[in-house]
Amino acid sequence: MASPKTYRPNIVAFFCRWCSYGAADLAGSLRLRYPVDIRIVRVPCSGSISPQYLLYALLQGADGVWVSGCHPGDCHYRIGNMHARRRLTLFHNLLDYVGIERARLLFTWIAASEAHKLQREAEAFVTAVAALGPARRLVKSLETCIL
Amino acid sequence: MNAYARRIREIARRLLSEKAVDAVAGYRAGTVPMRARPFVARTPAEAGELTWTGFCVGNLAKLAIGLPGRVAVCAQGCISRNLVGIVRENRLARENLTVIGVPCLGMLDARKILAKVGGRMVTGVREEGDAVTATGADFEETFARGDVKRDTCLTCRHRNPVLVDEVVADPVPETGGGDGDRIIELWERKKPDARFELFTRTFRDCIRCYACRDVCPLCHCATCFVDRSRPQWLGKTQDEPDVLTYHLLRAFHCAGRCTDCGACESACPLGIPMRRLTAKLESDARRLFGHEASLSLDAKPALAVFSPDDPDEVFS
Repeated sequence: MASPKTYRPNIVAFFCRWCSYGAADLAGSLRLRYPVDIRIVRVPCSGSISPQYLLYALLQGADGVWVSGCHPGDCHYRIGNMHARRRLTLFHNLLDYVGIERARLLFTWIAASEAHKLQREAEAFVTAVAALGPARRLVKSLETCIL
Repeated sequence: MNAYARRIREIARRLLSEKAVDAVAGYRAGTVPMRARPFVARTPAEAGELTWTGFCVGNLAKLAIGLPGRVAVCAQGCISRNLVGIVRENRLARENLTVIGVPCLGMLDARKILAKVGGRMVTGVREEGDAVTATGADFEETFARGDVKRDTCLTCRHRNPVLVDEVVADPVPETGGGDGDRIIELWERKKPDARFELFTRTFRDCIRCYACRDVCPLCHCATCFVDRSRPQWLGKTQDEPDVLTYHLLRAFHCAGRCTDCGACESACPLGIPMRRLTAKLESDARRLFGHEASLSLDAKPALAVFSPDDPDEVFS
């Protein structure tokens, strides 16, 4: 087990390629610093994200999962994020209900121009997840598996 | 034989001899007490085998999907809602479907009866109005129906069929008297750590037989996510994370469409109360989107539609 000093969380982020991914790109161009613990997966739309992706990330040991898409009304495909909002709201509440720590999940709306919001959210999220320590719930590990 | 069974046979015999349908999906007596087997009657003579007891706990909507030609289905409130959903999802054409509406007083839980009689061998169960009498070799005990009903039937919200072509009996009071949200309160009032502990403990016994999935009429993927190997969404073991992930995803795939028929719990060989998860999703769909699954043929599932004013509570 890593000591608290050296522990860095693993965070998987699913970013919509039309907005949040662009915001991450812009953050880079603007030389904004944000924590390096985030692995970004580019997806075509937040509406294309199945809850399976998030569970799969958790199962494989992600300490936090972040989903970000365009603000409601700004979807490149008109309504993708509206569907995502319903789906992810139910899913978030379900995970919370079964006792997955709420702080391990982050759902945001970040437009392509909002590099500073991305930086802010990233810093806050990484701090929150790091404070929780390594994920144990739903993670496939020697601890949770029958040998 | 009870009045319901007599009436169902009558209707089935008439439909089959008039050739109004090719098959009638119902139940016949099981080979052991406290069981009823799903049964498809194809001739007027076979219609005589149909029955109706408190142990008709499967989901005939699932059976109806695979039947060729015109089919009649015996359906209580929950099953009729599943049929509505199936028609909406174009898995069964409305003109090929005849619903034999069965107003329902709640189905019985064989496990509860066995617990009541202290595990002694039950050889028969009689249902008379509100009384349920279990008989065995050397005993006969009578219980109130409410004490041996399935959990799902205690919190039922729609006991009368929502889609009816043939009527079996007069409508019964619309709800089972319970409140569906009470199921989720059991976990919701706990702290997250305790909730996860309860979650793991509840599903620890799961043997991944997939009976809950196979009995559910909402499942219709050609290849289920648990059977996929590329990508392999979750392991095929009985390890805790795999089992929990399976149940989370199975429940989520029913979100906004589940009619709380309870067939999953009844089919489970280990008696796992998986409605703890589906009830949460349906409760949220009611609370956040004002949606209840499959109440009419024009209503779309909660996750197939959206509103610009949907709550933004989990997004920042």
